[in-house]
Amino acid sequence: MKLHRILALVNRHLMLYKRSPQRMMEIVYWPLLDLLVWGFITMYLARYKEGLPAFVTFFLGALILWDILFRAQQGICISFLEEIWSRNLLNLFVSPLRTGEFLASTMLVSIIKVIGAAIMTIGLAYLLYSFNLFMIGLSLVPFVINLIVTGWAIGIFTTAIILRYGQEAEVMAWGLAFLFQPVSAVFYPVSVLPPFMQVIANGIPAAHVFEGMRAVIETKGFPLNELIWAAGLNVIYLACAILFFNGMFRIVKVKGLLVRVGE
Amino acid sequence: MAHSVVEVRKLTKRFEQVTAVNEISFEIHQGEILGMLGPNGAGKTTTIQMLLGVTTPTGGEIRILGLDLGRHREEILSQVNFSSSYVSLPQSLTVWENLRVFAQLYHVRNYREKIDRLLSVFEIAPLRNTVTRKLSTGQLTRVSLAKALLNDPKILFLDEPTASLDPDIADKTRSMLKTIRAQSGLTILYTSHNMREMEEMSDRIIFLNKGEIISTGTPDEIMKRFQGEDLEEVFLKVARGKT
Ligand SMILES: Nc1ncnc2c1ncn2[C@@H]1O[C@H](COP(=O)(O)OP(=O)(O)OP(=O)(O)O)[C@@H](O)[C@H]1O
Ligand SMILES: [Mg+2]
Repeated sequence: MKLHRILALVNRHLMLYKRSPQRMMEIVYWPLLDLLVWGFITMYLARYKEGLPAFVTFFLGALILWDILFRAQQGICISFLEEIWSRNLLNLFVSPLRTGEFLASTMLVSIIKVIGAAIMTIGLAYLLYSFNLFMIGLSLVPFVINLIVTGWAIGIFTTAIILRYGQEAEVMAWGLAFLFQPVSAVFYPVSVLPPFMQVIANGIPAAHVFEGMRAVIETKGFPLNELIWAAGLNVIYLACAILFFNGMFRIVKVKGLLVRVGE
Repeated sequence: MAHSVVEVRKLTKRFEQVTAVNEISFEIHQGEILGMLGPNGAGKTTTIQMLLGVTTPTGGEIRILGLDLGRHREEILSQVNFSSSYVSLPQSLTVWENLRVFAQLYHVRNYREKIDRLLSVFEIAPLRNTVTRKLSTGQLTRVSLAKALLNDPKILFLDEPTASLDPDIADKTRSMLKTIRAQSGLTILYTSHNMREMEEMSDRIIFLNKGEIISTGTPDEIMKRFQGEDLEEVFLKVARGKT
């Protein structure tokens, strides 16, 4: 792994954002709309049902956190799609660049975007609804990191599919994360799911993160158990996603498709 | 004779139904401009992609700068480069920003001077702050060539680099490449469908047809062998199966 190559690509994407207001929308526009709608729903619920349990306010928190996962995933896919859209992929891979360095750069870009969007969302949630995400405490940090890693794993997996099957698979870039949403127990506990879905949920790192977050809010105890599960599953998923990407990359080179990705 | 910087032995590429490249062997000598000639689908692009490690051969051996490509990919790729009319560059970045990214990717020292020099060599210095999207095809081609020279490559792989250039710029580009070759001993593998250009540029030509090398030699030798007035005539004879 060579740092200068990773930074070259990170640089390329940051310059892109500097010059392109449409791309900034990705960081500002969607989080803002989500926040407005869900914020008002939460306020509405709070007004009509006196003495609503504290976790209802967590809807807002859950939304922000889910958005972090989604952004992390998008960060990876879009960095890759940008190379396809600009027919630049071949330029990159006739250079000494390695796939690992390429993926590392997309992860860094995604972190930067996530931080941007998170600052935006957390700030607005506080201004508009006096919702202070940090009241959940510093215990939030390890959970957020896990959400980002889950987002990466899904993002790398999606990217590998687009690399192999071309732009028809692009819809996956927008939809795949949401396939995990029902079993990620974002807005409700795992226990409301039917038994077979609970089994699936237990294998989803994000579900452990959201269970953990709820535990933090309700009992104030630190759910170390959930955190360990989330981290363990994430390590496995991320490793599998990277192996999958490398496998697809190898196939694409055998099929001579690298020249043609995006056609 | 200069030593070989590219050695290809029995290189083969089969896609599902097609054999794109069939057991070809050739060498490129240091400082040589080797033209690869052949009808559409002859296997030129496939060969170049294999030499760059972005398409995996079905069989055969590739040694570049004395090293096996499969085992020394990074070391080799840092010393070669590529340009073609079918690749582009990030559209929202300026010319300078794009070159800067690739300079960083190739770890080019003194990249500012290097970029400035290449911009003026290709007469695109006034475009340095122009967003790539706004370039004409010919201007983009020149930026792409500048990119390909950023890392002072020992070998340059050019797949139809002049396809979209006007005759004036194409001519300038050719003499520019020749000048660089004279100065630095650059080796070039070149494809083009412009026969006059091939005659003018190539020290030696490899004539590919249906994945096989049907002839190799200097342009003169090839013309004699196929009894053609010029390469164009030879090409038409071969392409239409009249040999
Ligand atoms: N990825 C691929 N999958 C399947 N077949 C391919 C692939 N790439 C090339 N081919 C086939 O291999 C043969 C050689 O193609 P190639 O692009 O190397 O030709 P070329 O000499 O560069 O032609 P042109 O002058 O049109 O650029 C053609 O028959 C082509 O259809
Ligand atoms: Mg071709």
